[in-house]
Amino acid sequence: MTWFPQSISGRVYAAILLILAPAPFVFEWINQPFYLDLLSRALILAIAVVSLNLILGFGGMISLGHAAYIGIGAYAVGIPSYYDYYNGWLHLALALSVSASFALITGAISLRTKGVYFIMITMAFSQMAYFTFLSLEEYGADDGLVIYSRSEFPQWLTMDGGTSLYYWIFALLLLSLFFTHRLVHSRFGRVIVGSKFNEQRMQALGFNTYRYRLVCYVISAMICSLAGMLLGNFTGFISPDMIGWARSGELIFMVIIGGAGTFFGPLVGTIVYILLEEFLSLITVYWHLIFGIMLVALVLFGKGGIHGWLSRLDRKGAGHD
Amino acid sequence: MTEHLLKIHNLNKHFGGIVATDRINLAVEKGLIHAIIGPNGAGKTTLLAQLSGQIKPDSGEIEFDGQRITGYGMARRARAGLARSFQITSVVMPMTLLQNVMLAVQGGSGHSFRFWAPVSNDSAMKAAAMASLAEVGLDDRANRIAANVSHGEQRQLEVAMALAMKPRMLLLDEPMAGMGKEEGAMMVKILKRLKGDMTILLVEHDMDAVFSLADQLSVLVNGHIIATDTVENIRINDEVQRAYLGDGHA
Amino acid sequence: MDWNLLITQLLNGLQLGLLLFLLASGLTLIFGIMDFINLSHGSFYMIGAYFCGTVVAKTGSFLVGILLGLVGMFIVGALVEWFIARKLYRSDHLDHVLVTFGLILIFDTLVHLIWGAGGMAIPLPDVLNGQFTLGSLVFPVYRALIIFAGLLVALILFILVTKTRLGMLIRAGASNRTMVEALGVNINRLFLIVFALGAAMAGLAGMLIAPITEASIGMGNDIIIVAFVVVIVGGIGSVKGAFYAALILGLIDTMSRSYLDVVLNLAMPVAYAETAAPALSAMLIYILMAAVLAFRPQGLFPPAGMK
Repeated sequence: MTWFPQSISGRVYAAILLILAPAPFVFEWINQPFYLDLLSRALILAIAVVSLNLILGFGGMISLGHAAYIGIGAYAVGIPSYYDYYNGWLHLALALSVSASFALITGAISLRTKGVYFIMITMAFSQMAYFTFLSLEEYGADDGLVIYSRSEFPQWLTMDGGTSLYYWIFALLLLSLFFTHRLVHSRFGRVIVGSKFNEQRMQALGFNTYRYRLVCYVISAMICSLAGMLLGNFTGFISPDMIGWARSGELIFMVIIGGAGTFFGPLVGTIVYILLEEFLSLITVYWHLIFGIMLVALVLFGKGGIHGWLSRLDRKGAGHD
Repeated sequence: MTEHLLKIHNLNKHFGGIVATDRINLAVEKGLIHAIIGPNGAGKTTLLAQLSGQIKPDSGEIEFDGQRITGYGMARRARAGLARSFQITSVVMPMTLLQNVMLAVQGGSGHSFRFWAPVSNDSAMKAAAMASLAEVGLDDRANRIAANVSHGEQRQLEVAMALAMKPRMLLLDEPMAGMGKEEGAMMVKILKRLKGDMTILLVEHDMDAVFSLADQLSVLVNGHIIATDTVENIRINDEVQRAYLGDGHA
Repeated sequence: MDWNLLITQLLNGLQLGLLLFLLASGLTLIFGIMDFINLSHGSFYMIGAYFCGTVVAKTGSFLVGILLGLVGMFIVGALVEWFIARKLYRSDHLDHVLVTFGLILIFDTLVHLIWGAGGMAIPLPDVLNGQFTLGSLVFPVYRALIIFAGLLVALILFILVTKTRLGMLIRAGASNRTMVEALGVNINRLFLIVFALGAAMAGLAGMLIAPITEASIGMGNDIIIVAFVVVIVGGIGSVKGAFYAALILGLIDTMSRSYLDVVLNLAMPVAYAETAAPALSAMLIYILMAAVLAFRPQGLFPPAGMK
């Protein structure tokens, strides 16, 4: 193995990271601050998508309620800020602990079930979170809540300014990518992946698959809450709308576009999704129609998403298949 | 003195009106290969499913190595040292043979809540897995994907996985199911090598294989055990002849 | 205590429950028989409302609107089954989620294209617009009609499921699919009919509610989740379960919204009760779902034959 990726897919992904690293300076240079906004939003969602991919792609747990954890992360910034508590460590601790608790309770119930039950129950619980935030008159209910100042990390790093926030996002994204990579290749990860393909066999090997899945679910929720925390800081405005189940559906869509169960697929999928959304909504107000048709076509014809397409190129290049 | 590793007391299981397991009493002696034979639909697979914890009996007790395991789930029984193979091949198809067996090693060696160190660098685990693969003669195919090897090799992989857990007893559900002559002979050879070291409860249709492998035989008919004896005695048992071997055992 | 208010709220809860039943009965059969998760079932609710509204605007008759709407929804359901759902029964649930999520986007945008972004009001005939009084109780005629219609459809569905050959096949299919296939039944046709019937009933729910709320884009996207909860609580594949669960959840949801603050008041100061009550009542049906799952993972009334 060399330091330079040998496969086409590996090279594409390396190139993407190399392009992303200096992006704020490039956008500043060409005087396009809007692009930085767009990219920041994409990378925040990419963290959420990476976390969803951990349970969905690697673990086979189809959660249709993952946006709830974005919401929890965002409100963990919003509600303390409402009371003028801007300490970022507090926000972080709240985001991680509340998302972990919510995931532990709802996961413990939903992971007892399988198939359509699991999908519907995760969806129902996220809807519960949605309606709960919607009923909190104190925090703006459906009008949402404005966050006047970003999380503060005294004597550490600031989030103020587009560029520094971008590097926060970029760093946390790399961290979550690296973390999931380690996790999936660890003993724990092998159990998770094995359970996706053959749960009965894993149990016969002595693994209490329920516990492993629950822990994986909680980890995923905690990573996702980081995305929420960043999103709250980025938009400076939070509302129950961030949690609606359509948001969760979009997250799944992004996982699938990039390729479920691959490491860089979620990142690529999210960027492609956001760019498409931006581009299509410029052309027509009916862009959801195109998205819908794409989704149906993706399932019926495009197996493996972008990563699948790239690795097919790899195999062609290598001369077999 | 004989020591019984697995004891079954009065095990019952009904599905609606159908009796699948009818007051089964059985004791498997340590270090022996104990085979269960019986015509199709006699309840062999249901019995094995209850032993491995896949389904719960209506009544009765199962004792393993002095421990009452009746209330244990599948995973817990496996951790207690009771490993099984499946009648219908059940491995993790998209993984390599080595990865499959490494999972089994992992399963037999404490919890797996280890989140950081990559499994592929774990040379001790790899070595243990390779040893199990070698026992069933698959060590030269370790890096093939399970889905891409032959049916017979997948069956061998099942046995390798069961062995890799370092169990105290094996439950083998028709390890020769769907095998050709050569593959079957290979499996018999593998199991013969284990004889004496490992306690095995073997459910198998292939009579030649059973007669050449087993120390003890139990005959299951309509959910009930009608005889348990040595191979020689079962061969000459009239009741068994009538109930089972009589109506054409081919 | 205001007894009239209580009775009115009970009737409102009953009305919500029956609408939920119309949505959930189709969903639960589609889950149970085809093992197909249809997120876009709520779109049928919306399209039904628009169909009905269009016909009412053309003909001026609400009854014709409902009848033609039902026929239209049966056809829409059949088309979706024929061209899309049928191809997916054998693939995994993730594919169902993706495709039916895509269908929601498609249907929402199509409605936008055809009827515009604004909602569509459906005028009621004068007879239905009034209120009736019973003693000191005043209740809108139309809401009573919804309750009546809901109960009627429930009755028809019960007869269909318990007394007819089609119903026998549906029940058998919900508890044991392979058996029905083994019987040599034309399984494709059975699936088509179930799917289209489910769409028609969801559409009917939309048509019934639209005169009160207006037809609007995405109107089905929230209520469909509650219908999912109904299906889970009632037991997948069970029409009877869907009926009871829908009524229970409809009543609990309505009653908790009006009375939970009063109840909480008994245990805590008014100020807290007024803050906690809306949040708690928003969560109540999901807490109930969690409780049912904890104790009876198969739901309250799983179809016979399922373990």
